[in-house]
Amino acid sequence: MGAGHAHPLYLDRAGRLHRLAPEVKIAAVLLFTIVVVLTPPTEFAAFGGYLLLLAGVTAAARVPVPWLLKRATIELPFVLLAVVLPFAGHGERVDWLGMSLSIDGLHGAWNIFAKGTLGVLASLLLAATTTMRDLIVGLDRLRVPSVFTQIATFMLRYIDVLADDARRMRIARLSRGYDPRFLWQVKAFAVGVGSLFLRSYERGERVYLAMVSRGYTGRLPVVAGRRAAPREWMVSAALPVASAGIAVAAAVLA
Amino acid sequence: MDAQAMHIANGIVNGPVSAIFVVFAVAVLAVCVWKAQADLDDRLAPMAGLVAAFIFAVQMLNFQVLPGVSGHLLGGTLAVILVGPWVGALCVSTVLIVQCLLFADGGLTAIGLNITNMAILGTAAGYLLVAGLVRLLPKNPYGLGVTAFIASVVSVVVASQGFVLEYALGGTTQLSLPWISGTMAGTHVLIGIGEGLIAATTVATVARVRPDLVYALRTFRKPVTVDVEAVA
Repeated sequence: MGAGHAHPLYLDRAGRLHRLAPEVKIAAVLLFTIVVVLTPPTEFAAFGGYLLLLAGVTAAARVPVPWLLKRATIELPFVLLAVVLPFAGHGERVDWLGMSLSIDGLHGAWNIFAKGTLGVLASLLLAATTTMRDLIVGLDRLRVPSVFTQIATFMLRYIDVLADDARRMRIARLSRGYDPRFLWQVKAFAVGVGSLFLRSYERGERVYLAMVSRGYTGRLPVVAGRRAAPREWMVSAALPVASAGIAVAAAVLA
Repeated sequence: MDAQAMHIANGIVNGPVSAIFVVFAVAVLAVCVWKAQADLDDRLAPMAGLVAAFIFAVQMLNFQVLPGVSGHLLGGTLAVILVGPWVGALCVSTVLIVQCLLFADGGLTAIGLNITNMAILGTAAGYLLVAGLVRLLPKNPYGLGVTAFIASVVSVVVASQGFVLEYALGGTTQLSLPWISGTMAGTHVLIGIGEGLIAATTVATVARVRPDLVYALRTFRKPVTVDVEAVA
């Protein structure tokens, strides 16, 4: 049960971004995304600039590009909505390869695709360079109410408890000769979901009481953490400031 | 763990409307934080964490019912029954924030929209129905299961119509609103039935084995009398 210190999107590297304090990274990603979303979709050059900025961050974080692109595919279900737009949209239409496409819909599709992709890439870079624990410490330092950080801490801890208990119950079923194929596994899941919940709760309750009896008061003790130095704020401010510069330049030149 | 779910992404709804909903969500959540302080005791804190973990897990189940529109389980009603409306709304919001920051699921600037739909509208609809139905139906595991089922279906559909409202206010493209509304409602009735079955079995089992953990039954609970002699 020693797991739970990393999450599937974390990439263990000794990169410069890994060592930055988590609160400055969260703030930088938040501000960058806000700048991206506020950019009018027709400023095509600005979006290219943002992508270059993220490429620079990727290099600084020493995150391999294929690794990043593979994980960015979680965006795909939503891109499907974007593909429908040029066909379903209203207004002026153009003909392209024999298909009648709505200009408004094309702009909308580009808007969703460009902003969605940039946002997903920025979040992935944050996730790749920050452990779950650091993320909660960072949110705590950004003055997020402790009810939130407390729920988040337990949630992240109990995801492993749930997964472990689900695995144990599955092994127990298999060892009793239960081996359904394909969709029929759903039946065992439906019957067992209540007891999975209760078993996990009782295990989680023991974890919680053990923490309380060791002095847990609702906040994670800070072991090795230190608050962000002014220099770290300056370094991470580079991303939102540069993106804001691109946005302003695009607006002025246009 | 394979992150496939997708909430409203960046750029679907325009900046000003997103900002308005961020303000709205922050205001409502502030009330929830204030109310939740009183609720969060030694029994509820681990339960809140587990409910959040459970919701996190079920939100990974993603249904592609119609092309272009996908939906997933929300878990708001389950949270309402087990941890109450205030902590419940915070549980769902926590899931959404962590998904957004760690799994890039749902846009960071759309977080206000996502929280409004799933954590506030969905949970509020679920709570109102649960509060009413618990009084009408028998206060046993079956009654609670039926309550969970009905409340889940309605709360999921209400949450999906929240997106339609936001799209009407600040959609970045022109799609016909009745079409979106119908598609979202149709998809989410099916999702609501799936969610209702999961919530009903979970709640019924908890109510049967550990009725002390069910928040919705709190007001009907008889005062505990400890028989000291029987223990000794």
